[in-house]
Amino acid sequence: MTTTLNREDLLRAYRTMRTIREFEERVHTDFASGEIPGFVHLYAGEEASATGVCMHLERKDYIASTHRGHGHCIAKGVDPVGMMAEIWGKATGTCKGKGGSMHIADLSVGMLGANGIVGGGGPLICGTALAGKLKADQSVGVCFFGDGASNQGTIFEAMNLATVWNLPAIFVAENNGYAEATASNFSVACDNIADRASAFGMPGVIVDGFDFFAVHEAAGEAIERARNGGGPTLLEVKLSRYFGHFEGDQQTYRAPGEVQKLRETRDCLLQFRRRVTASGDLTHDQLDAIDADIKALIDDSVVRAKADPKPAAADLMTDVYVSY
Amino acid sequence: MARKITYQQAINEALDQEMSRDPTVIVMGEDNAGGAGAPGEDDAWGGVLGVTKGLYHKHPGRVLDTPISESGFIGAAVGAACNGLRPVAELMFVDFLGVCLDQIFNQAAKFRYMFGGKAKTPVVIRTMYGAGFRAAAQHSQCLYNIFTHIPGLKVVVPSNPYDAKGLLIQSIRDNDPVIFMEHKVLYTMQGEVPEESYAIPFGEANVLREGHDVTVVAIGRMVNFASEAAAAAQKKGVHCEVIDPRTTSPLDEDTLLESVEKTGRLVVVDESHPRCSMASDIAGLVAQKAFGALKAPIEQVTAPHVPVPFSDALEDLYVPGAARIEAAIMKVREYR
Ligand SMILES: Cc1ncc(C[n+]2csc(CCOP(=O)(O)OP(=O)(O)O)c2C)c(N)n1
Ligand SMILES: [Mg+2]
Repeated sequence: MTTTLNREDLLRAYRTMRTIREFEERVHTDFASGEIPGFVHLYAGEEASATGVCMHLERKDYIASTHRGHGHCIAKGVDPVGMMAEIWGKATGTCKGKGGSMHIADLSVGMLGANGIVGGGGPLICGTALAGKLKADQSVGVCFFGDGASNQGTIFEAMNLATVWNLPAIFVAENNGYAEATASNFSVACDNIADRASAFGMPGVIVDGFDFFAVHEAAGEAIERARNGGGPTLLEVKLSRYFGHFEGDQQTYRAPGEVQKLRETRDCLLQFRRRVTASGDLTHDQLDAIDADIKALIDDSVVRAKADPKPAAADLMTDVYVSY
Repeated sequence: MARKITYQQAINEALDQEMSRDPTVIVMGEDNAGGAGAPGEDDAWGGVLGVTKGLYHKHPGRVLDTPISESGFIGAAVGAACNGLRPVAELMFVDFLGVCLDQIFNQAAKFRYMFGGKAKTPVVIRTMYGAGFRAAAQHSQCLYNIFTHIPGLKVVVPSNPYDAKGLLIQSIRDNDPVIFMEHKVLYTMQGEVPEESYAIPFGEANVLREGHDVTVVAIGRMVNFASEAAAAAQKKGVHCEVIDPRTTSPLDEDTLLESVEKTGRLVVVDESHPRCSMASDIAGLVAQKAFGALKAPIEQVTAPHVPVPFSDALEDLYVPGAARIEAAIMKVREYR
């Protein structure tokens, strides 16, 4: 097989993708039974993107995420147990239950936050990249955003700024075909989001988001270029979300069987498994063991989240410079 | 003929009737139909919570889905209003104000005055506000006080289905830019609403309950909690006058001041943070213009000065409720 990834890398990649999938499937189930509050946007189906990109990142590198942020968090190293507690609104959550699904952040691992504002991350990542550049620490910033977000002014401004300042920033457009119920072939006037890159004077690359290896390779090039002072890249990852825009979405705007077909034919975990077992790099047993391991981890995270305490009344007034 | 419908249906009906009456009325926003360019159903969403559902097919070509470009399409609605249309643009959550504020407060709000009275900008911006959905810090704010601060904007905050319909119709017919605030928790509220079209004038407060002991002024969703609290106080022999200003700009000062002249005691209820809020604004107004009538310090019941928390345990403490309002009523009543 044509990959520079060693066995350990492959195991790590699979583990990350499987963790995201298991996490999201579980949140989906628990949401349906009415146990999880608020708006929840699931990343299932898109695992190869977060994983393929974040495999190249170190702790000092920052990512900015979206409302659909669980996968980015897990791939960047945020603890899934804390994330689950956060989604359940518990004091033990990553953000003490104050943020919830749409605002999970852990700056200690370079995760600048999921974001409730579409396009909110672009300018922020220019800032982390600028800081990295001025500190000369060879770090990069990665902004994940959707096809819908690609039409937001903040994203356009950020891409221009990144080129003007020659920032070590990577813009990862996760094109899953929809922004809520609106198709990207309606909202994005050009054929590909990546086509816009040339207008900002940066390379634009299109990659199959069901294929972990393709994402990994394309992201690797862009990130290396950025680390070496070569400036920003726009990477368009074409993929699909398996669940609704948010939990509860009836998805009548989609074609019947659309997701089922993708799950059966193009699923990133399926493709990965096929490829690494056919090449002899990994065995089914190894992968099955990871599956079982992750299932136990996620089960445990839910058991703990359910049992954990909610924030105390006094927490309402903390973490702000002045409250009254 | 009046029948019971929801706040959400009342808004849909107002849009539908005005679109039928006036061909210059158009509706635009993210997923206001939903399904644009997609393989499945068109009109799949009718807005994120279904408020505009059905208008797309009833009024072909006049319900426009937009890319996620609030600065772009809110601004376009303002421009279209300058050129003969009456657009109703939807800013899905008022929290997204941050990405399009310039087009609202430097452009739409300023035109009539800045152009020496020669411009007319009949645009309506419908937007969803308020806590209670566990939607956290970026999807739960009120912010009507920010719009109220800006000269040139009219700001409407309906508290029930009847007002929602009548005030939205007035908003569409009005020649100034109007911000129309819809509380997300109220969408399912039922109420008597006439089938026929009617407009409620701006700047006319609604007195929901008359009383001589304490004046309670509340905004939007808080009006319902204020009524609840007043009913509870009544059982303790305290007679409250509950006033819903309905529009924060223009504000019906006369009704508020007359009431305080009678009661001498005021509680103001506002879901916003306390500083620079409608609560502090109305308290300031009354302190200045009805000082002589006051028999007790004014009580403000508001959310705290913190962002809206996610966890239900915290959000339930954050949102002012009937119990807090009742306590404030008793406090001003008992003050000597
Ligand atoms: C500024 C702003 N506008 C609108 C929204 C409402 N909203 C949340 S997610 C979303 C669709 C985003 O689509 P996309 O960027 O393609 O991401 P996806 O959901 O497909 O991952 C919209 C319109 C928002 N949160 N923020
Ligand atoms: Mg999308």
